[in-house]
Amino acid sequence: MRLVYFALVREAVGLDSEIRELPEALETVGDCLSWLTAQGDNYAAAFADPSRLRFALDQQMARADSLLKGAGELAIFPPVTGG
Amino acid sequence: MKIVRIDVGSIDSAAELAPLAALGGGAVASFTGIARDDGDVVAIELEHYPAMTTASLNALADEAVVRWSLLGTVLVHRVGVVKVGEPIVLVGTAASHRAEALEACAFLIDRLKTEAPFWKKEHRADGSSAWVEAKGSDDARADKWRN
Repeated sequence: MRLVYFALVREAVGLDSEIRELPEALETVGDCLSWLTAQGDNYAAAFADPSRLRFALDQQMARADSLLKGAGELAIFPPVTGG
Repeated sequence: MKIVRIDVGSIDSAAELAPLAALGGGAVASFTGIARDDGDVVAIELEHYPAMTTASLNALADEAVVRWSLLGTVLVHRVGVVKVGEPIVLVGTAASHRAEALEACAFLIDRLKTEAPFWKKEHRADGSSAWVEAKGSDDARADKWRN
């Protein structure tokens, strides 16, 4: 799956995007977040406060309990601040 | 008529709104969001999610057109570095009567602020910078439009 990061999350992870082979057992956005958190201190720091994270699956807003199945791109970012 | 655009150049509000006035309705409403000088802020840098932004703005525009029977709408949003005092976003609506134009304009900016994938970073005179925090009051305003 392609993972993309924006704003504060992008800076904390240290990457704009990456391709990751996710374990089959991961079913939801939240599962993916927990798995990533264990992949390094940068991820743990970026995802430390889940209440400050928002998600999109294939460019549609998603939630922590949204199912990953079939999606090609997961975006993780802080609450938006445009306008 | 629907115009949705992400732009790296400055926004010319008068030129953008002129087509709305030519649609034959009795009302054009607009909102311009401007990079604010909060203390010693010199510029605001806007990041976005290119694959999602335009679709997100189009969906909001389409919803507004249907809900308020708009004759036309314009949504233009800057990305990149915007100097203090320059427009960041322009929302324009045209309708037969003022109530529809004004309400649709408020709907569009309220929902854009909480749904469209843009992020602001403030750059200060001393060279420091910080991401702008989302405000709970913005969520409350956007939620008002959910029936």
